[in-house]
Amino acid sequence: MEHPFLYITWIMEQLGIGVHFAHTYPHVTGAWVVTGILTLFAVMGATSVKLVPGGAQNVLEVVVTSIEDFFAEITGEHGRFLFPLLASYFLFIFLSNMIGLVPGFFSPTANMNTTLALALITFTVTHVVGLKTHGIKYAKHFMGSIWWLTPLFLIIEIISHIARILSLTFRLFGNIVAEDLVLMILILLAGWFLAPLPMLVLFLFADFVQAFIFTLLSAMYFAGALEHAH
Amino acid sequence: MSKKQFFSLAIMATLLIGGTAWAQEAAPAAAPKGADLSFFVYTVLAAGFGMAIAAFGCGLGQGMAVKGAVEGTARNPEAGGKITVTMLIGLAMIESLAIYALVVALILLYAYPMAPRIATFIGLPA
Repeated sequence: MEHPFLYITWIMEQLGIGVHFAHTYPHVTGAWVVTGILTLFAVMGATSVKLVPGGAQNVLEVVVTSIEDFFAEITGEHGRFLFPLLASYFLFIFLSNMIGLVPGFFSPTANMNTTLALALITFTVTHVVGLKTHGIKYAKHFMGSIWWLTPLFLIIEIISHIARILSLTFRLFGNIVAEDLVLMILILLAGWFLAPLPMLVLFLFADFVQAFIFTLLSAMYFAGALEHAH
Repeated sequence: MSKKQFFSLAIMATLLIGGTAWAQEAAPAAAPKGADLSFFVYTVLAAGFGMAIAAFGCGLGQGMAVKGAVEGTARNPEAGGKITVTMLIGLAMIESLAIYALVVALILLYAYPMAPRIATFIGLPA
């Protein structure tokens, strides 16, 4: 599956820098685009903060407060410090998914490396947060309620933690790759009749749902690490 | 039936029967002599059937999830918002199982690492 015409690859070819890099790693250049757009939104809305908001600041306030309130409900009040990570997940994944729908850009999340990186961040933060909150007693999370079932429970818990990484990776990757493939095939089959248009609506919805699910699952894992063991 | 219907039916029958005969001629010319392509045939079959069975199970599961959500909203319309959010979360979880099957199918079709070695083993040029 060759990659089609991508704007960033074309720009880098014109400038003559890093052409091999841009051809082999389109997901990295796509991630640069996503980061650039998010930074642009932030700069537009958050410089010169006024007491009575107007325009971009208003939109940013709505986005930030709704995400913060929703996830604070899930992680609990003591988990509010995790909000920046969760909001970054949501905005980055949502924008990355959507940018693949625009012809000329490549979704960074359509590559397993990006989704695996995000899942590994969740895994690491879960354990770091658990260790910082509970100290050595964090091991009680892996031991279960009945003491003589501990070996079995330990194995199950370890496998379940590894399965979390796999499931987060593959869910996001599979959805976005399937979306790209369907768009490619529809354009190949019936592009002149604008066949991909109804599918684009479905994919916008699916992008939002996948970003939301990734963030929600991460929040639930963080909440599980923060709470007291049974 | 009228003359027009009879003739259109006759033309369709000729094309269908003749078409299968023409297809038989074209297919065996592609593979070199002595290469047993059944591995690749079975791989493609497995990819197709695997995804189809996963979609079947996913459809049943998601149908039950939506059924529960709609019944819950019918009993208690005020809780409709929360029920819808929970339903969407459940649907994404169930769908991820079908996505795993899709990823396996895509790996089989596009990225199966043993495929070049098996191809040279059975005698194909690639």
